[in-house]
Amino acid sequence: MSGSKGGASFDTIIIGCGMAGLAAGIRLAMYDKKVVILEKHNAPGGLNGFYFAGGRKFDVGLHAVTNFTEPFSRGTPLGTVMRQLRLPKDAFQLCPQKSSRIAFPGVDLRFSNDFDLLEAEVARAFPEDIDDFRRLRKTVLNYDALDLDKGYLSSRETVQGIIRNPVLEDMLFCPLMFYGNARERDMDFGQYVTLWKAIFEEGFARPLEGVRVMIRALLDRYRSLGGVRRMRCGVKRIIRDNGRAIGVELESGEELFADNILSTAGRTETEVLCGAKSDSAAILANTGALSFAETISVLPEEPAKLGCDETIVFFNDSEKFSYEQSVDAIDLRSGVICCPNNYSYRDGEQLEEGLLRITTMASHALWTGYDEETYLRNKEAWFPQMVESALRFMPGMLAEEVFAKTVFTDMFTPRTITKFTSHFGGAVYGAPDKSKNGLTEYDKLFLAGTDQGFLGIVGAMLSGISMANRHILMGGNG
Amino acid sequence: MTKEDIKKVVLDIIAEIAPDEDLSNVKPSIRLRDQLDLDSMDFLDIVMELRKKFGIEVPEDEYINLASLDSCADYLIPKFKSVQA
Repeated sequence: MSGSKGGASFDTIIIGCGMAGLAAGIRLAMYDKKVVILEKHNAPGGLNGFYFAGGRKFDVGLHAVTNFTEPFSRGTPLGTVMRQLRLPKDAFQLCPQKSSRIAFPGVDLRFSNDFDLLEAEVARAFPEDIDDFRRLRKTVLNYDALDLDKGYLSSRETVQGIIRNPVLEDMLFCPLMFYGNARERDMDFGQYVTLWKAIFEEGFARPLEGVRVMIRALLDRYRSLGGVRRMRCGVKRIIRDNGRAIGVELESGEELFADNILSTAGRTETEVLCGAKSDSAAILANTGALSFAETISVLPEEPAKLGCDETIVFFNDSEKFSYEQSVDAIDLRSGVICCPNNYSYRDGEQLEEGLLRITTMASHALWTGYDEETYLRNKEAWFPQMVESALRFMPGMLAEEVFAKTVFTDMFTPRTITKFTSHFGGAVYGAPDKSKNGLTEYDKLFLAGTDQGFLGIVGAMLSGISMANRHILMGGNG
Repeated sequence: MTKEDIKKVVLDIIAEIAPDEDLSNVKPSIRLRDQLDLDSMDFLDIVMELRKKFGIEVPEDEYINLASLDSCADYLIPKFKSVQA
């Protein structure tokens, strides 16, 4: 055991008690590593946490758990996660979606957890392009997105080489970008492939009680293995010695030491913990530009009764779909509608109230620059505009009726995201340049989570597992 | 520990790692990967469980010796002997 200089000493310190940190912690504790997870907040889950408001529990970020496979087939991310963490098959209580849609001006593509629906919809709406679509699918399925040492490949160029119809191209990009892309306008083809599989080939699911079911399963497993977790325990800096990370100093001034440090704080955020200036050119260049806002409308009845029986709808009202930093506080041109009620819950169970969540791109600079009063005034002003904008793509559901029936609302903005995730720029999906192999400029300091580049809740867990395996369990620290 | 005991040990570990696999007809001479749905993460876990349960170390470049139950037995028998000694 090296690196100990007074202070408590561990095999591994994990920064962040989100999905990636918990999954990594479970792996290490399973093999008798002395591990501690440090979390700045009071609640676990990170971006995928939950909170209380108005006497209700809400998920922070969860629209849908992607990568849903049923049954838990082998060789899929979810199957690997369940096996690697030795969780019982039903630990996450996932229930499949009903159906979802991509809605562009004058054209819709429905999809579900059965890929055939999307293929039939493309054949119906783009009969001349169905062969292109099938060729794209073949390319996607043949691409090894798990090769952690592959470099960046432009998805736009790759897809444009196969799909000739720009509307079809944009429609396929829309959900993949909204559900995980940290880069403006284009994305790494490895990420395109990962998200294509997660969303189109595998699909959406959700536990009836939301993300806390999954957090609880992970916490219980971690605790049963003797894993230690410290909440409200922010890390002030990562202590280095000769190019090697050896410990952390907490906000309280306490120092902890470890043979390995696994940070899920984000790539640039971790660099700042190692002493980089948060306003330096290198940090700013790799700060994600994409932040989001979301409205939540609580309804006294199921959204299906008000005309919305779909699970997720990705919409865009413009000729070109623009996935880029919002110029206005809110970019009303596109977004995502989510109805957590519209999953096939078991035994006919249903949420107690109706929920309608609408997500759009939003400007981090504007929302974090407002004083408190302006902030609240803007929330109030943008809320109805976001709902009205989205409901243009939900024929049968009238905005006036939704407003009249709404019993409670909440809204999160880039400011809220910054608070929950600590990501610079309120960037939900983190830095545009990922560190796929999890390596940093310091020895014994590794990255996991969003900025390692696996996506979604299942991806985050897989990231924690992969990095713990590769760098710590196999890394000669036995 | 005999070769048969070692095969049993490895099968028990696989049963723990992959509870959904049918292990009733595993042929000792055939590569495990060819009859079961095991990936490299599963093989890592076989190695980790051997270390945890028996104190046996399998270096990464020797994982290939775990390909089949027979090769596991041949490879592990001296290792079991030395940890028992």
